[in-house]
Amino acid sequence: MADEPLVLGIETSCDETGVGIVRGTTLLADAIASSVDEHARFGGVVPEVASRAHLEAMVPTIDRALKEAGVSARDLDGIAVTAGPGLAGALLVGVSAAKSYAYALGKPLYGVNHLASHICVDQLEHGPLPEPTMALLVSGGHSSLLLSADITSDVRPMGATIDDAAGEAFDKIARVLNLGFPGGPVIDRYAREGDPAAISFPRGLTGPRDPAYDFSFSGLKTAVARWIEARRAAGEEVPVRDVAASFQEAVVDVLTRKAVRACKDQGVDHLMIGGGVAANSRLRALAQERCEAAGIRLRVPRPKLCTDNGAMVAALGAEMVARNRAASDWDLSADSSLPVTDPHVPGRGHGHSHDHDHVHEVSKENLYS
Amino acid sequence: MLLLALDTATPAVTVALHDGTDVIASSSQVDARRHGELLLPAVDRVLAEAGLKLEAVTGVVVGIGPGPYTGLRVGLMTADTFGLALGVPVHGLCTLDGLAYAADIAEGPFVVATDARRKEVYWATYADSRTRLTDPAVDRPADIAERVAGLPAVGAGALLYPDTFPSAHEPEHVSAAALAALAAERLAAGEELPAPRPLYLRRPDAQVPKNYKVVTPK
Ligand SMILES: [Zn+2]
Repeated sequence: MADEPLVLGIETSCDETGVGIVRGTTLLADAIASSVDEHARFGGVVPEVASRAHLEAMVPTIDRALKEAGVSARDLDGIAVTAGPGLAGALLVGVSAAKSYAYALGKPLYGVNHLASHICVDQLEHGPLPEPTMALLVSGGHSSLLLSADITSDVRPMGATIDDAAGEAFDKIARVLNLGFPGGPVIDRYAREGDPAAISFPRGLTGPRDPAYDFSFSGLKTAVARWIEARRAAGEEVPVRDVAASFQEAVVDVLTRKAVRACKDQGVDHLMIGGGVAANSRLRALAQERCEAAGIRLRVPRPKLCTDNGAMVAALGAEMVARNRAASDWDLSADSSLPVTDPHVPGRGHGHSHDHDHVHEVSKENLYS
Repeated sequence: MLLLALDTATPAVTVALHDGTDVIASSSQVDARRHGELLLPAVDRVLAEAGLKLEAVTGVVVGIGPGPYTGLRVGLMTADTFGLALGVPVHGLCTLDGLAYAADIAEGPFVVATDARRKEVYWATYADSRTRLTDPAVDRPADIAERVAGLPAVGAGALLYPDTFPSAHEPEHVSAAALAALAAERLAAGEELPAPRPLYLRRPDAQVPKNYKVVTPK
């Protein structure tokens, strides 16, 4: 629909420079430049390397997104940007770009929450999000269970990791197995040929007295590393495929078990899974199985939308415009620890000095009715 | 000609408008940790003071450092994006050159030094306010003491290390007004200005922070 908000979103919270363009819940462009290769030899994301790459990639990536979408910057109804959480220096590059772009084009600016964006992106794949939706976000940076009652204003944390992120455990185990970085895709690949029941690795925080929705992967990480080292010390060959499959099973078992339980306890009949680890094939399969058994509708965006990208930021920005949420101020800052309870960073209410009344005109209508 | 100049390579967040003849509005605030927050409101203020819209700008000039990276990038990213949105050229200028220009020294040689943190300075030597003699470098003051001995010096890096720079004086930080005036002068003379690319002068610290790693399935 032509009168749905046309929004460009910028994402730089980690190592991907993402620029996406959406019209309402329709994806028009998803341009990405990644510095992941530059980080590979360090075994993790080096913030300064990521920030430098963002600065270089930004203008070409915006250009590419506009071309891909076939729209003119003048026609945009707003610019959205990840204001946090993430790496402070990396976020600042994106926020600086978004602010100056919005200012120069005379468009409203929406500083939005990275985690809420991970949830909202599913609208581009499966249409408007039911309210409420339970969301399981799993990546190298986050492992959390969130209840989204209104993605623009009401996102509640249900549980989170108490130590490492799930994706971090994948990276660590891949390193111990000498499979390189990042660990997610390669573990998934080896696991497909392994036996998930070959080794019984611990399921963290699943005891009767443990917090129902929190996660812990540190103990699992150590257990797997010890198991591998013991094999090596004994001069035995390490069954890489079985280790990968058994480790992966331990992670996705806990993730899906807790997510489904949260849905049941809260009476929520939709579960979305997002973040880089949502690309894991076993996580998808097991979640599907358990959701079906529990009568829960599972929504998982395609892998490219699960990892960090600009489209997810644009998706949430479009929702902010559609629901007439307040734009951010020109002194918007990057907040590396922006709480998930702040889906966006509204201005303090005294408005912008430039004129974008025509945009407010558009956003007054209920665009999703 | 209407140049918008900005620089965030030193603790100053500084913005100026130059019409080819004079600086018509400017703003400088010193706050090393709030470059990201202060820059755009400063641009907005300077334009309002001049009674102009950003669309009137015909070129953007940005200090390319050297300077502490996080702040430095704020100015460069802003300049780049203005250039993209407005379709105007974006010129770079060495931040030390702006300081040298503002120092208004007709006969050198003299030194410009800014604070590089970690007990180092970014520095270069100049024959006069418009002529740089050496490439910008980053060093510990004690290590360059011999090379700068006896030379007058300007900039916060010089003021910070009186043992190496006993005759240090103002200006302390770069001003976009000076940067704009220098750019206007060079452009009028038909000179090409450097590309708006950062002068980091140091390789990135290869430190992976704990609890922040990423899994990126392809
Ligand atoms: Zn993410």
